[in-house]
Amino acid sequence: MNPGPPGRSSGEAAAESNGAVLRLEDVHRSFGGVRAVAGATFAVAAGEVHGLIGPNGAGKTTLLNLVSGFLAPGAGRILLGARDAGGLPPHEVAALGVSRTFQNIRLFPDLSARDNVVVGQHLRRRASFAARLLFLPGARNEERAAQEEAERLLARVGLEDRARAHARHLSYGEQRRVEIARALASAPRLLLLDEPTAGMNPVEVEAVARLIRQVAAAGTSVLLVEHNVRLVMEVCDRLTVLHFGKVIADGAPAAVARDPAVIAAYLGDAA
Amino acid sequence: MSIQQLVNGLFVGSMYAVFALGYTLVFGVLDILNLAHAAVFMAASFVALTLVEALGLSILAALPIAMVAAGLLGLVLERIAFRPLRARADSNIAGLISSLAMATILGAIAHELWGPNVTRFPFDTLPNATERLGGIVSRMQLTVIAVALVLVLALTWLVQRTRLGRELRAVAESPRAAQVVGVNVDRAIAASFFISSALGGAAGILYGLAYDVHVEMGRSVELKGLAVIIVGGMGSMPGAVIAGIALGVIETLVVAQLGGSFRDVVSFAGLFLILVLRPHGLLGAAATREA
Amino acid sequence: MEALATFYETYQSTIAYVGLNALLALSVYTTLSCGQLALGGAGFAAIGAYASALLTLRAGWPFPAVLLAAVVLPALVAVPLGLPVLRLRGVFLAIATIAFGEVVRLGIVNWDYVSGAEGLVGIPQKTGVWMIYLALALALFVLGRLRGSRWGLALEAIREDEPAARTMGIPVARYKLAMLVAGAALAGLAGALEAHFTFMVAPSGFGFEKVVHMLVFAVVGGSLVHWGPVLGAALLTLLPEILREVAPRVGLEPGPLRQLVNGVVLLLVILFLPRGLASLPLRGRARRARWVES
Repeated sequence: MNPGPPGRSSGEAAAESNGAVLRLEDVHRSFGGVRAVAGATFAVAAGEVHGLIGPNGAGKTTLLNLVSGFLAPGAGRILLGARDAGGLPPHEVAALGVSRTFQNIRLFPDLSARDNVVVGQHLRRRASFAARLLFLPGARNEERAAQEEAERLLARVGLEDRARAHARHLSYGEQRRVEIARALASAPRLLLLDEPTAGMNPVEVEAVARLIRQVAAAGTSVLLVEHNVRLVMEVCDRLTVLHFGKVIADGAPAAVARDPAVIAAYLGDAA
Repeated sequence: MSIQQLVNGLFVGSMYAVFALGYTLVFGVLDILNLAHAAVFMAASFVALTLVEALGLSILAALPIAMVAAGLLGLVLERIAFRPLRARADSNIAGLISSLAMATILGAIAHELWGPNVTRFPFDTLPNATERLGGIVSRMQLTVIAVALVLVLALTWLVQRTRLGRELRAVAESPRAAQVVGVNVDRAIAASFFISSALGGAAGILYGLAYDVHVEMGRSVELKGLAVIIVGGMGSMPGAVIAGIALGVIETLVVAQLGGSFRDVVSFAGLFLILVLRPHGLLGAAATREA
Repeated sequence: MEALATFYETYQSTIAYVGLNALLALSVYTTLSCGQLALGGAGFAAIGAYASALLTLRAGWPFPAVLLAAVVLPALVAVPLGLPVLRLRGVFLAIATIAFGEVVRLGIVNWDYVSGAEGLVGIPQKTGVWMIYLALALALFVLGRLRGSRWGLALEAIREDEPAARTMGIPVARYKLAMLVAGAALAGLAGALEAHFTFMVAPSGFGFEKVVHMLVFAVVGGSLVHWGPVLGAALLTLLPEILREVAPRVGLEPGPLRQLVNGVVLLLVILFLPRGLASLPLRGRARRARWVES
């Protein structure tokens, strides 16, 4: 099984030495007449935890959908390393090292937690179907390795004893954690997390925060969409704030928190 | 195109249109393809035939009575085969399979009750005279067209002008929202099945009057009805009427030019093209692609 | 031994049909296993049957080559069909594939070279029952190895949540097409084997009712496991044979009675056991697993 992130070319390595695993350049996307994302520009460096925040309806999930290939940009560029990924279908974006979770958890309900995570390894599996048909040892070993790795990932999110449970039988918090484990299974370069701690208690939130920091320290960049401001302040290296599809602030968390435009946006929304 | 051919096309097309209206009504409201529709088409024809032959009723009485019977059959269908599935996630596929099951059951019952033979309505059920309208057209054809027109107008009035019609449209948009505003969703759905099956039954009676009555008669319209609602747009009633008439007219033209064996090609070629090029049909709006 | 031989003699046809229907049921299963309701099986079976009949009767090909053609030709047709059609959701895919089947049937009916609606007769009986079951065993083996493998899990993922499957790098369209092609190959093979068993082919055997039967086998048996459709095919092929004995005693014609039973079984399954008969043992295991966990 392939141990690390897939498909590095020299061009991509060069771009990464500039620090940007993901770069958005003036990205636009509209639905009908509504401009969901209006000229977003920011970058995520290697190993960085980058928060994406903003009031409801600001365009955060749309942005994640654009980066992960579910939507094509109307204008602007989305660069993954040196590769222009705008308009690529989701499975090709995944092959470029991007992985994600969803706002409304999208586990495979009839698969076990472990099998959910094994599916996440799809791109890293190397053995051929012929090998599987002929019961060749290479295939058998890879399968065993895949299952063991899946169980390790589940242990990392604290769910090693729920590996065999069907995903539909897991609690909400457990499902969120399995989804994160599944997203990590492809050893991504960029992990997109869409409100991963929604509905979690403070203990669980803390565990997710720790996990995010570990993942980033190991070299995977994280683009984190979150409403939990405390978590975001604690965990993120940089913050981008969206409001009505526009980037109104982009920088270190402390600076962004003091930015009057940001405060106005949040207070205006609450009023 | 001669008057004769035009009338022929309209006559065939109006049967398609009435049948398709029923089909599309249920799909529009419930997002389910009711494959038992053709069985109701057949059963109503037999009921009308029985009323005319055994009870000596005139077609004027038999038609509405048999339509009501068809409507009641639709209620039974809804209660047994569709309502229990409504809560399920895969309800439209399960509903399709469930309707297939009901179609099979109805077919078996019809076979038992009325036998496998082909029968016809008594010769004088409808006036046999022909009219000279620039060509020779039969009064039967004109009658069928007229009845179809009345039914379409009646349905349009029902959907646009009555409270029931408003409720049906609300449920078609969103059952949950409709419930919130106080619509009795169960009753609305039952009503749509009643109306749909009454229409399907009417098409069957008209078909039986025009051609013949036998347990397999649903086969011929079943798949064409599908083609009509897809081309017209699933859930679109004007679409069903326009596409149904168009199919009848085009089929007549094709048969006149190329011969009878090409008739069925029209509906399937049309169906295929539309599904590949414009799946929501000419007038439809349903989402047909995957997420 | 003697009794076994007699039994085989009498019921050879039924045994053959259980196998043939199982192959057809599996051809529906391949696409159901990734959540697609593709109902073009009758068309693919017709292509396989007619191609094999023509190659035997008019070109004198040896039987193994004929069977190969019957597998390859429908598979090739499935590609240009699948590319546009597999993008359609649920019911629309079903309708498009039903239409495909009808187009094939109508094409045959209107083709004089194959005697149109009358069909071709005089096909030599080259199919042995062992061939049918060998093909079935191979199909079950391959499908069985697919389950739980990287590709089998991917197919299940597609069935359960397509967008999520895409984010894992699974090329959904390609996998769906592969399953359609596999199903077409199985149906074509079944068609050819049947043609060389019953001496004839006719378009009437490849209509909408045929693919409905295939679907019923798969649904009743259950499409969560590869042996489910085989179970459904066996049950629904044997049931009419049993009923044929029973019908006269109940005062009903066997034809309508078989139809009635088919319909009732399908209705009961879809209402109360939607994952088919095969889900009965699996349900028990899952319930037990849940107990263990909590």
